[in-house]
Amino acid sequence: MSDLLTVEGLTLATSETRLVEDLSFSIAPGERFGLIGESGSGKSLTALAVTGLLPPAIRPSGSIRLGGTQVVGAPERALVRLRGDAVATVFQEPLTALDPLMPLGAQIAGPVRRRLRRSSSDASRGAVRREVMALLEQVRLPEPERLTRAYPHEVSGGQRQRVAIAMALACRPRLLIADEPTTALDVTTQAEIVQLINALVKELGLGLLFISHDLPVVGQVAERVMVMQQGRAVERGSTARVLIEPEDAYTRRLVDAARRFDSALEGRP
Amino acid sequence: MTLMSVENVSFSYGAGRRVLEDITFDVPRGSNVGLVGESGSGKSTLLRLLLGLDTPRSGRILFDGQPLEAKSGRYMRSYRRRVQAVFQDPYSSLNPAHRILRIVTEPLRSLKVPGDHRAMAEEAMAAVGLPADSLGRFPDQFSGGQRQRIAIARAIVARPELVLADEAVSALDLSTRVRVVDLFRDISERMTMVFVSHDMGVVAALCDRIVVLDRGRIVEAGETARILADPQNAYTRSLLSSIPRMPEGA
Repeated sequence: MSDLLTVEGLTLATSETRLVEDLSFSIAPGERFGLIGESGSGKSLTALAVTGLLPPAIRPSGSIRLGGTQVVGAPERALVRLRGDAVATVFQEPLTALDPLMPLGAQIAGPVRRRLRRSSSDASRGAVRREVMALLEQVRLPEPERLTRAYPHEVSGGQRQRVAIAMALACRPRLLIADEPTTALDVTTQAEIVQLINALVKELGLGLLFISHDLPVVGQVAERVMVMQQGRAVERGSTARVLIEPEDAYTRRLVDAARRFDSALEGRP
Repeated sequence: MTLMSVENVSFSYGAGRRVLEDITFDVPRGSNVGLVGESGSGKSTLLRLLLGLDTPRSGRILFDGQPLEAKSGRYMRSYRRRVQAVFQDPYSSLNPAHRILRIVTEPLRSLKVPGDHRAMAEEAMAAVGLPADSLGRFPDQFSGGQRQRIAIARAIVARPELVLADEAVSALDLSTRVRVVDLFRDISERMTMVFVSHDMGVVAALCDRIVVLDRGRIVEAGETARILADPQNAYTRSLLSSIPRMPEGA
């Protein structure tokens, strides 16, 4: 199997409840996979499980193979390594993902330095700096010089999310997880971030796990999707098929709701 | 007939730059007006002015033909009876330590509305589609969508003439959002509504008039159908074209 990520029979449970039940899916290198669900569907927990970042009270069972390594039950040391090499995550709210007291350049430099040291490359100040500038350019941030010195609150929400994406890319992961990356942003900014993610994934040949409750946004990003409801997969298939001809009743409800707002925008309320 | 008019209103916080500049629009009685804008548009500040929480630096706001006297306690008491609000977050807007009955009847008590408060609360709960026995329960026994229904019941219990809604469906899941939008549509049959939101789709589904705000100014205003079909302003056009749409079937 050459899949980047293979999840098989994944169940996540606390001592009292099952939060995710018998989930299976896989993502091939370069593939863009969408996970659709509302609050409580277990979609974000699934992302945390993939990166081995579940809260201690939640126990995983089943199998998660990431870049050939079994994540379920792996020791923390192995996971730390995996979390840069194989996978990196961009979260919903860049303001909480970034350190408010540290200039943006220094925040991106952290993971860059770690990667360079790990691969026994030149990790001098100059080398790290060059790499930080290259990353800022890669995420299309203007005035990278000024940005490296700015603090998170001094730049816009869209720019913060670009910095968070730069930090994720700093590790050169093969799988990028984007968990509601556009939800906290303005509509006009959302469109730019979706475009950026699509472009980067293509340029760098990354696999993408794109998690969102927003059907039309997932429609712009993913080739294949899986719909989750209360911890279970209720439907999966090509994005076009699922969003145009949903088979499951719950998926149909979501699709109908999204189409309601679409038709309102067409002047058919 | 105009219920509320905003006339040449400008506002700034302290000596800072203007966050609202020369805002003018009318809210006709019985209409649903959507105030649309992104972050930094000034829509939240404008809503604070409409609620009487701040006063304009210049210009004025008229409610039912009279200037809104935000600094007069006596005026504001009668204003609150006639104007109620629903906010974004159904988790923080309901006191978790109070039963729903106490939460929903709060405006009746603070406004000293005479009559049978429980009966009024039951009627408001029925209007938002929640059973009367919900009144004995606590907020944490309800989902996000149900909590927003409770917040709406609280807003309509004193039979206001105007409801101001601030991103009132934005925090809700998609399938819940559609149902709460439908509820707002039902309610708006009986009263005037001003709906503040960044979400053009929701506003389009709910409002007959739209006011588009960008960086503290009105860039476009008019009937919803006209603005959707033929936006005149460049910002309105980019706002509309940025909204992702569902893929179309063959």
